[in-house]
Amino acid sequence: MQSEKKELARMENISIEFPGVKALDQVSFNVLEGEVHALVGENGAGKSTLIKVLMGVYTPSSGKLFVNGKEANYHTPAEAIAHGMGAVYQDITMATHLTVGENFFLGHLPTKGGRVDWNRIYKDAQATLDDLRIPIDARTPVRDLTIGQQEMVSIAKIIHQKANVLVFDEPTALLTNEEVEILFHLINDLKARGFGIIYISHRMEEIFELCDRVTILKNGLYIDTLNVADTNEQKLVQLMVGRSVDDMYGIEHTQPGEVMLEVNGLTGERFHDISFQVRRGEIFGMFGLIGAGRTEICRAIFGADPYTSGEVKIAGKPVHNKKPLDGINNSIAFLTEDRRKEGMCAVLSVERNVNLSSYPLISKHGLINLKKEAQRAIDYVERIRIKTPTIDYQCEHLSGGNQQKVVIARWMCCQSDIFIFDEPTVGVDVGAKVEIYKLIEDLLKQGKAIVLISSYLPEVMGLSDRLMVMYEGKQTGLIERSEFYNSEGKLNEEMVLGLASGIKAAEQEGA
Amino acid sequence: MEKTVKVRSKRQFMKGYFVVFLVLLALFVFMTFASKNFLTYDNLYNLARATAVYGIVALAMTFVIVTGGIDLSVGTNLGLASMLFTLLIEEAGWAVPPAIIFAIIACGCIGAINGVLIHDGKLPPFIATLGMKTIVRATILLISGGKNISIHNASFNNFATLTIGVPGVDAYGNETTLGIPVMVLVWVILIVISFFIFRYTTFGRNVFACGSNVNAARLSGISVRKTIYGAFIVSAVFCAIGGLLSASRLRSGIPTLGDGYEEDAIAAAVIGGASMAGGEGYIGGTVVGSLLIATIKNAGTLLGFDTNVTKLVIGALIIVAVLIDRFKKH
Repeated sequence: MQSEKKELARMENISIEFPGVKALDQVSFNVLEGEVHALVGENGAGKSTLIKVLMGVYTPSSGKLFVNGKEANYHTPAEAIAHGMGAVYQDITMATHLTVGENFFLGHLPTKGGRVDWNRIYKDAQATLDDLRIPIDARTPVRDLTIGQQEMVSIAKIIHQKANVLVFDEPTALLTNEEVEILFHLINDLKARGFGIIYISHRMEEIFELCDRVTILKNGLYIDTLNVADTNEQKLVQLMVGRSVDDMYGIEHTQPGEVMLEVNGLTGERFHDISFQVRRGEIFGMFGLIGAGRTEICRAIFGADPYTSGEVKIAGKPVHNKKPLDGINNSIAFLTEDRRKEGMCAVLSVERNVNLSSYPLISKHGLINLKKEAQRAIDYVERIRIKTPTIDYQCEHLSGGNQQKVVIARWMCCQSDIFIFDEPTVGVDVGAKVEIYKLIEDLLKQGKAIVLISSYLPEVMGLSDRLMVMYEGKQTGLIERSEFYNSEGKLNEEMVLGLASGIKAAEQEGA
Repeated sequence: MEKTVKVRSKRQFMKGYFVVFLVLLALFVFMTFASKNFLTYDNLYNLARATAVYGIVALAMTFVIVTGGIDLSVGTNLGLASMLFTLLIEEAGWAVPPAIIFAIIACGCIGAINGVLIHDGKLPPFIATLGMKTIVRATILLISGGKNISIHNASFNNFATLTIGVPGVDAYGNETTLGIPVMVLVWVILIVISFFIFRYTTFGRNVFACGSNVNAARLSGISVRKTIYGAFIVSAVFCAIGGLLSASRLRSGIPTLGDGYEEDAIAAAVIGGASMAGGEGYIGGTVVGSLLIATIKNAGTLLGFDTNVTKLVIGALIIVAVLIDRFKKH
């Protein structure tokens, strides 16, 4: 079948070197018309570098590029676009104060009699949007669109630029579940129209849902290209990581101890009447769609946001945390969802980030014990294997997984009893994910009570001892681990998704 | 299987502003050959004395810049302290020590107001301190009637320029004291205090944390309020001290004192490696930056350049310093 499809682009034996590192070593890759070709590998495997070669950002030191069967020699992004290459990057780059239409024509606005031809701009842009069945008005300013809509617009923009090879770099990282569905719909539509699509993602289930072939890179080397239908998640992870991962979520659970955190009838602006208990040595999962109120509940418990009524008890004692410091003093550690915005001090060193929330513990009268400060950083860098050249290295230069470990180390320093992990593995590669799960396992063994928020169902079901499901600020289910599996012994994801989309809730109200 | 962690990167010495230090060194060497008057006791003495107050204001500015803010009211705080002090001892008949304390506290309050406007009023620091600058300058002109007022207390007038050192002979053969003027000593003390705050105190760490990522700082249990208030109060108090030294040196309260000082202060901090985005800044860098600006001005005078040529060089230096910083990061 595949041999009949036309090859849109091929990269042959591409090598590229950066000072001291061989970023790509003899890597070959091709994309056919009407296929979605996944590119996978851990962070640093060379995926982005390969894409940047294709997009004309980097010039390889050796290797050849073919477009539509003919050898192509281009060295700038503009030339790459002229050859029909287009990419949608993770952080969408558009002029947000301009309209959708203006963004389509940015840099080459059409003119008529010396004046900008607005009619043509909006007509052309709208035609492309309509053709792709994207329900957005070309006259809308980009800043009024959701992230998901902005992504649709940037796809449309690339197609408008006559690209026929489309690169998606982690397109779902910032999207809600509903938006992901719409995006997949669009990608399938583009595939049917004969576009060649290169798809980069850390999320395994997306690759199996969407892609036809998958190419695995590891440390800048080409490993293999497989038909997605002929492989499975474990095999793929094994090829990417280079070691067997029988079950990523197979952590050792412990016998839960006394109740550490108790929440009764907690009500706030975005959530109503929430009650649950978390015991020592237990992982309490929270699942729901974006906006279900999981993060908001945890922020209220921690003291980052207020709540209107209800009660929080820690180790049996009623507490009311009014600010984050109260939460920390009441033994709560809160690993936030958005590492860049709320977790990490990017320009500060590993050392300072690790100690950030626990300086009072290593200070007397406001004076820091510098030896202890450094020692803690060294201890954690070694213990949880944070890959950093030195402890005074700026965090922004670390990989996502290592940044996340730095933030986790910060909270481990506080010696809290309750750990709230809000999406701990977002933007983290498979290898680092497994290590983060190991850290959670260690915390369990130490008898910590753990709250795990995750939008990724296999993760939250794989790790949790109990699972609370939420829908629009209400708790729609509280499921024990023993009820996770259906009669066939498989994870009953349908049940959880049903609760999370309010189906069960509506039924109950009706009954 | 684990490698031991390297604790520090190799070049810790003058991290962030080593290049600027080399430029300063080069300028010293160049000037030593270019002008026979440069490397003389008298010139260096004057250079140090002229740098001291600017240097103090630059330290003040560094605290605020590291929080991610900017303090345009530094110059007027300087002026306010000097004029309040002058009026209190000359018109109200206060003794010197309470007048000094009052002037410092008054400026501390201005700093606190800046903090309230920025933290609680959520005003951009640029706007809040621009407003305060205008208000304070107007207040100074109102309370002084816009006139210079002489100070008649001899021991206060001699304080800033008093030289601590050994007896010796100056270039003209007159007997004098060879050493460091008190105002330079005060600057050095404030450098040491600032360095200490940045290196050893939780407040210092919090200043960096708030500047780097205020949300992360808040969620890490850091009191953003105390930190922002603190930085602006430290800034204002340092400026007050600078203002009192100026009053002593000039032997009068001058209503326009400190006008435009914020420009050199920002320049010194930025040349010294401070980032206007917050979270980065070096006390040593600010000191080297202040010295470099003062030395360029001094060199301009010695070589007989137009002051506008000197300004042109300083302006270019600011841009180059920031460009180098950008280039290093990408």
